[in-house]
Amino acid sequence: MEGINFDLRQQTVRDLNSFLHSAEGKAKRGTIEVHHPDGAHSIAAGLNAPVKVVVHGHAGYYAAGMNMHADITIEGSAGTGVAENMMSGRVHVKGFASNSAGASAHGGLLVIDGNAALRCGISLKGGSIVVGGSVGSFSAFMAQAGRMVVCGDAGDGLGDSLYEAVLYVKGSIKSLGADAQLEPMGAEDLQILSDLLAQAGMGQHSAADFKRVASKRELYHWNADANQEY
Amino acid sequence: MCGIIGLLIKKPALRSELGRWMTPMLIGMTERGPDSAGLAVFSDPLSDDHARKISVYSGLTALGSGFDWHALAAALEKHQDSAVTVQTKDNHAIITVTGDPEQAQRFIKAYDPLLHLLSLGRSIDLYKDVGMPAAVAQRYDFAHMTGSHVVGHTRMATESAVTPDRAHPFTAGQDFCMVHNGSLSNPYQIRRMLEPRGIKFDTDNDTESACRFIEWRMREGDDLKTALETGFDELDGFYTLLMGTENQLALIRDPFACKPAVIAETDDYVAIASEFRSLAHLPDIDHAYVFEPAPQEMYIWKA
Repeated sequence: MEGINFDLRQQTVRDLNSFLHSAEGKAKRGTIEVHHPDGAHSIAAGLNAPVKVVVHGHAGYYAAGMNMHADITIEGSAGTGVAENMMSGRVHVKGFASNSAGASAHGGLLVIDGNAALRCGISLKGGSIVVGGSVGSFSAFMAQAGRMVVCGDAGDGLGDSLYEAVLYVKGSIKSLGADAQLEPMGAEDLQILSDLLAQAGMGQHSAADFKRVASKRELYHWNADANQEY
Repeated sequence: MCGIIGLLIKKPALRSELGRWMTPMLIGMTERGPDSAGLAVFSDPLSDDHARKISVYSGLTALGSGFDWHALAAALEKHQDSAVTVQTKDNHAIITVTGDPEQAQRFIKAYDPLLHLLSLGRSIDLYKDVGMPAAVAQRYDFAHMTGSHVVGHTRMATESAVTPDRAHPFTAGQDFCMVHNGSLSNPYQIRRMLEPRGIKFDTDNDTESACRFIEWRMREGDDLKTALETGFDELDGFYTLLMGTENQLALIRDPFACKPAVIAETDDYVAIASEFRSLAHLPDIDHAYVFEPAPQEMYIWKA
């Protein structure tokens, strides 16, 4: 089926997003190509249909935010908050991602081929994130559910105040946050991780080379004797 | 919010393009900073070692853009007992003096206390004013500026009032300027450290504290890198800071990277902006190396 092209030097982001939110746009089964994104904000935000969108260039803030069902590829880098609050579907950033990538994503898969900056996966609520490069400091802060895979290194304070999300890191971890701990990889971890790496197109990494980070669950209950030492 | 831009032209033959490339960068950051705009442009230093350029703003005087700069120049010439030249554009003049430049600055301030001294140096010219970035750019003809590097800013005020003197860039000493996206939490602590050393402030703006602090460190003998390292220890708050000296551009972000920056580099230029939106029009951008500067790292480029 024939695709459709948007050129953001000729059309506005509102033109694009209005189409993507319309009945016609939701029914589109070819690829929707977005040219000259030029770092514009909110490209392909709030989609709610199994459409395929390819962004040819660098996207600005909140690209593919709140995504449901759609498959969105960004050929360049993404600004702050890419795929924030994603519910389902797939978002693929081929370059790097700025701060707060995949923040509070409830579902779906976010793949970042390059590095992700600080606070990647903050407050993750069930989505999956696979980062081909490294993640910045305070990533997966207060992450509640879901999985984050880091094929490179992690910065300071990884998984601070973690709830039930599980993190897998292949490289070095500069420091773990409060209540985060390294745990042995189980058979289930290896299976889940291998599947995620395969889905992300990063099958060159072996699941056995990753470390598991999860919550100590010591912050779940108030401890009056902790004397502010966590 | 606020927007930051910086551009350093690597090939001297392309310095004539500075204004044409940089003006859309500045206007591209309008949404981040619609209340004021400004920039410092650095070009080849004056050939006379004893000559200095003083950028002066007349928008706060009674006559505003109708200020009689030539009467000031004539009086200053008499006072300095040496030649004075003046180039004017709307509210702005570049006054070139020989002899003691600080004495000349004092004379200008006494001549009309409502004149605002913007910068002093052998290579810096500084323009800033309130209004939309496109209007400020047009008022001072930014598009035709030439030079080796530029440091620019669009302001959305949070820490002090919207007035021309509180717009960025700020300067201290000679051939040094700073722009800031963010907010410092200890500007008064820094002021209280500097004021007993005789360092005077023009405004209550937080960025002015950081600017005067870094310049003071360099005057005390630190190189830029050492001064910035001290800055990481002393400056508390959120910041992306871009600084210009006669022959360098320097960029730092706070350890939490609260404020953005993105860099594009080609064989022809290094371009810095708060967001990629301001870089998208640059020549050969599709083949530029585009990256995000890491928090608490120093990025210094030589012009």
